[in-house]
Amino acid sequence: MTKPARGSLLGIEHLRAEEIAGLLKLARRMNPQTTRPLLRGKRVLLLFYEPSTRTRSSFEIAAKSLGAITTFIQSSGSSIEKGESLLDTGYTLRAVGADVIIIRHPNAGAPLLMAQHLDIPVINAGDGMHEHPSQALLDAYTIMRHKKALKGLHVAIIGDIYHSRVARSAIHLLSKFGAMITLCGPPEFLPEVVATLAPNLHITRTVEDAIRGVDIIMLLRVQKERLAGMKISLQDYIARYQITMSRLKVAKKEAVLMHPGPIIRGLELTAEVADCPQSVIVEEVRNGVPVRMAILAKALGRAR
Amino acid sequence: MTRKENHSLLIKGGHLIDPAARINAPMDILLRDGQVAEVAPPGKIRGSADEKFDARGLIVAPGFIDLHVHLREPGQSYKESIATGTAAAAAGGFTSVCCMPNTHPVVDSPDWVTWLQAAERGAMVNVFPIAAATKASKGATLTDFRALQHAGAVAVTDDGKPILGDGVMREALRLAAELNFPVIQHAEDTHMTEHCSMNDGPTAFRLGLRGMKAEAEASIVDRDVQLALQFTGARLHVAHLSTAEALKSVRRGKRSKARVTCEVTPHHFTLLDSDIRDYDSNFKMNPPLRSASDREALLVALADGTVDAIATDHAPHASHEKMVEFERAAFGITGLETALGLAIICLHREHRIPLTRIVELFTAGPARVLDLRGRGTLVRGSHADVTIFDSRKRWTFEAAKSRSKSRNTPFDGWQLTGKVVATIVGGRVVNRAN
Repeated sequence: MTKPARGSLLGIEHLRAEEIAGLLKLARRMNPQTTRPLLRGKRVLLLFYEPSTRTRSSFEIAAKSLGAITTFIQSSGSSIEKGESLLDTGYTLRAVGADVIIIRHPNAGAPLLMAQHLDIPVINAGDGMHEHPSQALLDAYTIMRHKKALKGLHVAIIGDIYHSRVARSAIHLLSKFGAMITLCGPPEFLPEVVATLAPNLHITRTVEDAIRGVDIIMLLRVQKERLAGMKISLQDYIARYQITMSRLKVAKKEAVLMHPGPIIRGLELTAEVADCPQSVIVEEVRNGVPVRMAILAKALGRAR
Repeated sequence: MTRKENHSLLIKGGHLIDPAARINAPMDILLRDGQVAEVAPPGKIRGSADEKFDARGLIVAPGFIDLHVHLREPGQSYKESIATGTAAAAAGGFTSVCCMPNTHPVVDSPDWVTWLQAAERGAMVNVFPIAAATKASKGATLTDFRALQHAGAVAVTDDGKPILGDGVMREALRLAAELNFPVIQHAEDTHMTEHCSMNDGPTAFRLGLRGMKAEAEASIVDRDVQLALQFTGARLHVAHLSTAEALKSVRRGKRSKARVTCEVTPHHFTLLDSDIRDYDSNFKMNPPLRSASDREALLVALADGTVDAIATDHAPHASHEKMVEFERAAFGITGLETALGLAIICLHREHRIPLTRIVELFTAGPARVLDLRGRGTLVRGSHADVTIFDSRKRWTFEAAKSRSKSRNTPFDGWQLTGKVVATIVGGRVVNRAN
């Protein structure tokens, strides 16, 4: 067991603010439109144990935009189905010549485990309920395109925070930069323990209180299956927490509405909200490419 | 290991701590033919012995008893065997271990109980089998307690799993009471702990792991104490108790004169859930490492007598069962070789619990829990099981040098104080540190 290789991106929690700022700065210099062969000949392995649309495609396009070769492996149709362990899969991918492994996995800590046993950088593309660092970075990148600085921003994060790796990464990142964060959701999705994740987190159960006067509204996906075992019904959730055009008015006029996707129209937000001018949901996806280009360039030591 | 031999051993110059006999003084001890022949002040034992042991500067104690070990036989000898597990026990100063029945197959018949005790198993210390409480530990049909007891089982349990059904647990306690047979409970309401891999709390949330709530343990202990009170003579022993809340139920039970006992592991009195860093699966066990307030409550209960025994829950696993995603890793850690050192650094040095109390938790306490006659003390006529240790010796535990087959310990590289110098079983030295 060793320390993860330089350039690994396993989570936001252990990054310093300067490292995050450095990645965001680098991302601003990345242009997906013009191919820049920084990573020519490098082999980027995408190892996905869970389905993904946005993260997978944008990592793949990011890698190709930099001239890298990409290979995609998913758990079904590979030796993983035959019971190969995570580490053995990692050793195999290293042996075929991987220069970096991008991994999405249903178990928290899986990318770290792999990074501790391989001599190449490992990038976490989402691990269980733990972290989704590239999403937090692209969200920060998106915010920076609309707001001057993260410091002092009021951010409301609404929805299923307990099960969300996006929320954990976002909270770590925003709090490192001094944003003020209000969390909102029913107790099953937002137990009190969430407030221990970072300093100065505020919890409210009332969505109007959460978004009153905020600069940023971050919504999280609500999985219908999860509501099944809860005290709150789907109808109640919609009535109490759904973001509608009238609720949106409570926030600042220039407030930005974000969502990591996939969005469920009619559940956590209405279709009008999803498509309204304040919504940057599509832009977030677009920004995923330069941010992931920066992550890959840094991982492979070509961040110049 | 109960065979008697024509052999005598004089342990000279040591300081005897025998809590059951209320002795805490320099004493010489003569062991003969597998029994304690004489205990007397220094130099007072006359006559010759075949062998002498110079115990100057050392603590001489009754042989340590571990109520809770997994020796993994039958069926899982890639993790541990009776021979290697008891070698680790001897290295850790344990002269008797009680082995859990969650093997393959489950020890739910008298034949397997007999098999575990056969000389061919190569045990280095005394092995007391604990049999399954229900067939295949499925929690449905009770095993034949009388036959199991007759074959040598010292208790019943479904350890690894709880005896969950109220009716099954009630019946187990009722039947066992008639036989003066203890029922050991792994207290976990598994409806509350599905998919959980550590303690519920801030660390679990930060790591994105589902947490086991303290109530999952406490609710079962509470129910069991209520049930034990219903049957005169019922004996309930709570395995690896880990929460402040469950301790309250045990205290209530003891006050109401229920025959309720409990054990605590070294890892639960040493470590916290917040010590789980980097998803190291050597910090994963069940019950999980708990919060600081739970640990504080355990320390108080270890000192004040609420806890009856320190037990290791020695749970060896092969590396391929641990070098995986934390949530997929097997529960359990090894513990036989680090128990005394952890007890001395954590309980004695950091929390000022007297050495006599620590020795009691390793000897008279566990002997009482399972009614192991003639053990846990060195009064004349007892079994010649002795643990000799240096309470001040500092040493570094190296997992690679463990006598166990497995290496799954969070204490690799730990600097411990208190080292076993000799382990004597039935009058024979089975382990001697260099």
